[in-house]
Amino acid sequence: MIQVKDLHKQFEDKEVLKGITADFNDGICNLIIGQSGAGKTVLMSCIVGLFRPTSGQILFDGRDMVQMHIKEWKMLRREVGMLFQGSALFDSMTVHENVRFPLDMFSTMSEKERNERAQFCLERVNLGEAGKKYPGEISGGMQKRAAIARAISLNPKYLFCDEPNSGLDPKTSLVIDELIHSITHEFNMTTIINTHDMNSVMGIGENIVFISEGRKAWQGSKDEIMTSTNERLNSFIFASDLFKKIKEEEMRGNS
Amino acid sequence: MVASEISHSNHKNSKKVILQKTIAQFGEYLQLMGKTFQRPERMRMFMRQYTKEMNALGVGSIGIVLLISFFIGAVICIQMKVNVASPWMPRFVTGYTTREIMLLEFSSSIMCLILSGKVGSNIASELGTMRVTQQIDALEIMGVNSASFLVLPKILGLITIIPCLVIFSYAMGMIGAYATTFMDIITVDDLVYGFLHDFNQWYVWMGIIKSVFFAFIIASVSSYFGYSVKGGSLNVGKASTNAVVSSSVLILFADVFLTKILS
Repeated sequence: MIQVKDLHKQFEDKEVLKGITADFNDGICNLIIGQSGAGKTVLMSCIVGLFRPTSGQILFDGRDMVQMHIKEWKMLRREVGMLFQGSALFDSMTVHENVRFPLDMFSTMSEKERNERAQFCLERVNLGEAGKKYPGEISGGMQKRAAIARAISLNPKYLFCDEPNSGLDPKTSLVIDELIHSITHEFNMTTIINTHDMNSVMGIGENIVFISEGRKAWQGSKDEIMTSTNERLNSFIFASDLFKKIKEEEMRGNS
Repeated sequence: MVASEISHSNHKNSKKVILQKTIAQFGEYLQLMGKTFQRPERMRMFMRQYTKEMNALGVGSIGIVLLISFFIGAVICIQMKVNVASPWMPRFVTGYTTREIMLLEFSSSIMCLILSGKVGSNIASELGTMRVTQQIDALEIMGVNSASFLVLPKILGLITIIPCLVIFSYAMGMIGAYATTFMDIITVDDLVYGFLHDFNQWYVWMGIIKSVFFAFIIASVSSYFGYSVKGGSLNVGKASTNAVVSSSVLILFADVFLTKILS
């Protein structure tokens, strides 16, 4: 479980996070949603350790990341997998080498075991045949799947996904969402997904944290969104005609 | 305040800003070097990167080094014979001066200036692209010291391979000069006598020692500019240009001091 307590982050004179407190639970998909510029990416960057918060606590199963010694912090990072918005696969390595990279760096496995583990991860994301290709030779959706395979290769406890569906078509987005969802449940990981894709919210949002202007404005599940009376959340979620209609039908069904 | 005073004040302020920026950059550079020169997490992975960089930066530059050295060796020989040699000078002076120029300056300093363009821009653009596509962030999140993993093999790889390039350049320069004998510019005997006349072995070592310092400048400065790119692909191009300009200027500065110290 990851807990964020009274988290503040300030860049020079601009305060981006204004005291966020939220819990992200084990074995489910936790989503951070909000408008562009609301502070989602900064929040995730603070949690994964790319930014140091100005104040507050980030607890990984009770271990405060902000106060950790550098060695302890490095060890914690080995329990973290991350899927970046642009996949961030290493261009100079094949897909298989990319997936094997964390194992090469940190595991004590033999070469054969590392190759087998990398192949297992690739097959888990249905990329068993693409191992010899370079990232530039595969599609965006395949790159995302390869990045997921790399993220899970060390069997992490925590998985972070930054805009996993950006730049993907709706069908491929669905595949990626389902993959993240099933992997989270299969390996009982604490998964945090930063997104503003409403299909993801409605599909895999088991615990949703809505950020608005640097503050947590709402927290709940995808089912609770429909009945929420939070004005900011409603104006964000139901901005599109499609979701307005879905809500109207939901309300009609309830009454 | 009159216009000239405003202009003088603006000029002073811009000088101050440039100075502050330079000091800040130097501080960032030192921080990067501090992060770079740390024990690699996995020696096996470091060695893999090290050999890869030696191949990419050094072996990949052999062609251009040989080509330029051949023609410059030939041109120096022709210039010496046509414009410097005279009936009052010994005939071996053309071969002698060609050898001294190649050993003392061209094969070390000028060759490194040329390499700073090729290798420096390569390093800066590679690291810059890795930065803007979050590949460096990915390494950091995995718990890898990205500076040590990416920059250290480049610095050590170039330092290892550059003395070999300098030696190749010496040899190819001499071959280039020798080629002018087929153009009836100088006789083989005069040229070879000049090459061997009053040979000082230290000059070879001087070039090699200088090239090691220049290799460090090229790899570390270019890595700094690439590693610290902020923003998008446009800034990768700017970083690449800055890397080449800065490392070239630093090589020229260092050349003056190293020549004074080693001579």
